[in-house]
Amino acid sequence: MTAEAGLAALWLAAALAAFQLLLMVLALCSAVDVQRAMRGVAMVQGALTIMSFAMLLLVFARTDLSVALVFENSHSAKPFMYKVAGAWGNHEGSMLLWVTVLAAAGAIMALLSRRTSGRTLVAALGAQAALALGFYAFLLLASNPFARLNPAALEGRGLNPLLQDPGLAFHPPTLYLGYVGLSVAFSLAVGALLTGEVDARLARAMRPWVLGAWIFLTLGITAGSYWAYYELGWGGYWFWDPVENASLMPWLAATALLHSINVLAARGALKAWTMMLAVIAFSMSMVGTFLVRSGVLTSVHAFAIDPQRGTFLLALLAIYVGAAFALFAWRGATLKEGAQFELVSRESGLVVNNLMLSVILGIVFVGTLYPLFVEAVAGAKMSVGAPYFNAVAGPLALILAMLVGVGPLLAWRRERRPVLRRLTVPALMAATALALTIILAPDMTILSRLGLAVAAFLAGASILPLIARNPLRVPLATWGMVIAHFGIAVSLAGMAANAAFTSEKLAVARVGETLRVGPWLVQLEGVAPVAGPNWTAIQAELRATRGEGPVLLTPEARYFTDPPTETGEAAIRTFWNGQLYTVVGKPDADGGWQLRLWWKPFVTLIWAGGVLIALGGALALVGRLSLFRRRRPSADWRKERYA
Amino acid sequence: MTRALRFTPLLLLLLVVGALTWRLTTPADTAVPSRMTGQPVPTFDLAPLVVGKPGLVSADLASGKPRLLNIFASWCVPCIAEVKVLDGLRRRGVEIDGIAVRDRPQAVAQFLARNGDPYARIGGDSESRLQISLGSSGVPESFVVDGRGIVRYQHIGPIEAADVPVILAQLEQVR
Amino acid sequence: MNGRVLALLLAVSSPAFADSDLPPAYWANRQLPDARQEAAADALMDQIRCLVCQGQSIADSDAELAGDMRDLVRRRIAAGESPAAIRSWLIARYGSWISYQPTAEPAAWPLWLAPLALLAAGALLVARRIKVGR
Repeated sequence: MTAEAGLAALWLAAALAAFQLLLMVLALCSAVDVQRAMRGVAMVQGALTIMSFAMLLLVFARTDLSVALVFENSHSAKPFMYKVAGAWGNHEGSMLLWVTVLAAAGAIMALLSRRTSGRTLVAALGAQAALALGFYAFLLLASNPFARLNPAALEGRGLNPLLQDPGLAFHPPTLYLGYVGLSVAFSLAVGALLTGEVDARLARAMRPWVLGAWIFLTLGITAGSYWAYYELGWGGYWFWDPVENASLMPWLAATALLHSINVLAARGALKAWTMMLAVIAFSMSMVGTFLVRSGVLTSVHAFAIDPQRGTFLLALLAIYVGAAFALFAWRGATLKEGAQFELVSRESGLVVNNLMLSVILGIVFVGTLYPLFVEAVAGAKMSVGAPYFNAVAGPLALILAMLVGVGPLLAWRRERRPVLRRLTVPALMAATALALTIILAPDMTILSRLGLAVAAFLAGASILPLIARNPLRVPLATWGMVIAHFGIAVSLAGMAANAAFTSEKLAVARVGETLRVGPWLVQLEGVAPVAGPNWTAIQAELRATRGEGPVLLTPEARYFTDPPTETGEAAIRTFWNGQLYTVVGKPDADGGWQLRLWWKPFVTLIWAGGVLIALGGALALVGRLSLFRRRRPSADWRKERYA
Repeated sequence: MTRALRFTPLLLLLLVVGALTWRLTTPADTAVPSRMTGQPVPTFDLAPLVVGKPGLVSADLASGKPRLLNIFASWCVPCIAEVKVLDGLRRRGVEIDGIAVRDRPQAVAQFLARNGDPYARIGGDSESRLQISLGSSGVPESFVVDGRGIVRYQHIGPIEAADVPVILAQLEQVR
Repeated sequence: MNGRVLALLLAVSSPAFADSDLPPAYWANRQLPDARQEAAADALMDQIRCLVCQGQSIADSDAELAGDMRDLVRRRIAAGESPAAIRSWLIARYGSWISYQPTAEPAAWPLWLAPLALLAAGALLVARRIKVGR
């Protein structure tokens, strides 16, 4: 019964979404007030999808083998956590999760939104319902997660030990919250374009949603990067793979939106651009989902292509993005942009920030899809990878990081104070870093050297907005901004240090042999066979020393029998100043073992920075939300300096 | 904002959706074709791998008669089925030379004893060097080489019964 | 998104049946003694796309063919060949697909022009919003 209940809830939710869309059309064409009804419908629709998803969790938790999806993706002997996580670890389940987040976001918008004008809210809820409707159709017509299996199977097929990994279990929901959270920004933008009420009020209603989604995207990308780092076994943390780019593109757009929305909120300017970005941000989420789900681009590993699902998703993407773009083309002319900005002002700073972020987004987009165009037009195969993205996006990112230090110091409207004087200390820090790297590491590449210098500058400059103010009276949003910007400096320092100072030792060593990597002496003490529940492994015992006491590391090369696969388990030891990363590979003909050793100074800063960025976002979100409560009747937003 | 500017996103979307639609209707072919077709076979000299079977030198391929150059390995599962098809080709008068990639003499001898031996010569390519210099990206793979030692055609993947007419036609064409 | 992690996961785990039992080539997993040569080889290997797992460079791949290609690159670098020559030798065999760094062929020009065009178009839009001069 559970599966049927889930399916019924989904059909009902779809019907309600259709009704919700109808209500919007009614409201836009006549003077009927449908706001209350709309809010109610949206909430019930959200509750129904949540119930549907709960039913899916339930059949997975119980390993109900009469459900085809459970049979394909689960097994009675799986640990409970992975049974539950298995619910979204497949195509149908992940699409149900997607639509659940979409409908739940609509419900929360209906429940909590007090800022938006009634008309715009109705239009936005209608747009949200239209989005949901397409994905309901996709689920119900092309990928029903609740399909029964008759007769029920005796045992499931999904006991792939490789898929039992905490990273794999919780990474997708995190990214989905980010992807789909942006749908609210999309719907609000569409709603506001329909009603013509693109104003500061709208921006302030949209801002918490963008912030929330952006926090999850940041966390998802950070976690995914660390996962790839320890799992792939070659010490890389970002590969510019199409699937990685698919998660980076919405992040870049959301970051730009996060900043332009402040201009709209504070000055009522950049209307058209902010609406465009809100549409683009969620479009990038859909593009990302399409690229991953359809498998049209060769990723780290080819996916099975399902043309039917791919076509369905592409059609949804084309309809939604096309409709939003068409609406923009139609209504864009009515948006008044107001007076020009002063050259030295917060507004100009944010505009330049948006320019850089958008160009980087454009580069990632073009680089990811260009091989496809060349093949379609000329039939030639081409590769665009890390060397291209690093060379083109790297310098732009550095310039942007430098501007991040300056922008927050500028006043809204017009900066009359000499700002450059405040930057003396950060500039000195950058100069010191530059001088030190030139003296200590003359062989460093120019990009790493500049990276360290810019990181030093930004580390100093990012905290300037707090200087000479009472820290308790600084708004939370400002604290959030400072921490997020400082996080960029931290992450940048980690990337540059990793690129510049990593020591690598690849060798074939015999037992007893000692290798040197950076400051470490690593001895291969022995190699022993070990066994797990469904794998056997060769475990190397490594003893690493540098001055203080020895450290033991035990990397493994595992061989799984079902399905037959080999994986490497890197052994990583973290110190305050870096990570020692060790991998063991195959033996050679005369008793030597392949060893890969890396000493990566300050590499952990990359992810620490990512976490700081997300934390900054969270603080800003808390600040924004409590700001809402306190000042609800008459917000005097013009006084917010560091917004 | 000008009208042209407002319609740009729509145009770009059309372009992207068009390209993606094309990809959905023409699924990606992950094979990477060699650029060596039309080029002379690179100079090489592979030592014999199996007792009683000569090794392979690039000059052997410019024998005045078209030949099939087959890249195989005893550890490659599709090769087992392919070698039987190749044996059929040999019986129809096609001269086939083999390149055993990353292989051991006993393993190859066993493989041939069990599955049939269509090869006139077999060269061992223990570090895939000849394979790479031919622009080949995996095993099995085959090249039609004309009488002057020029690569004329590449077949990626195992030669199955259905591919035999194509291979024969290619050999005939370069005669 | 879970496809991404799944993709990475599948890359880590190469199917066992597709491997020979021959040990890796000598220079597949060893560094050249000359640090400068090794750095040059490393930079080149980062640019060469693996034919087997197609989403990784040969520097990051566990595939045997990638190991043999690393051996080939290191051997040639040690023999004094320039990385650019080795790269064009590989491109002559596999086409520009093999290089993650787009080549100088006309088909790749838009890739290098796109950032400039984007920057120029963006700057033009920005210039209209910002009052320059008094």
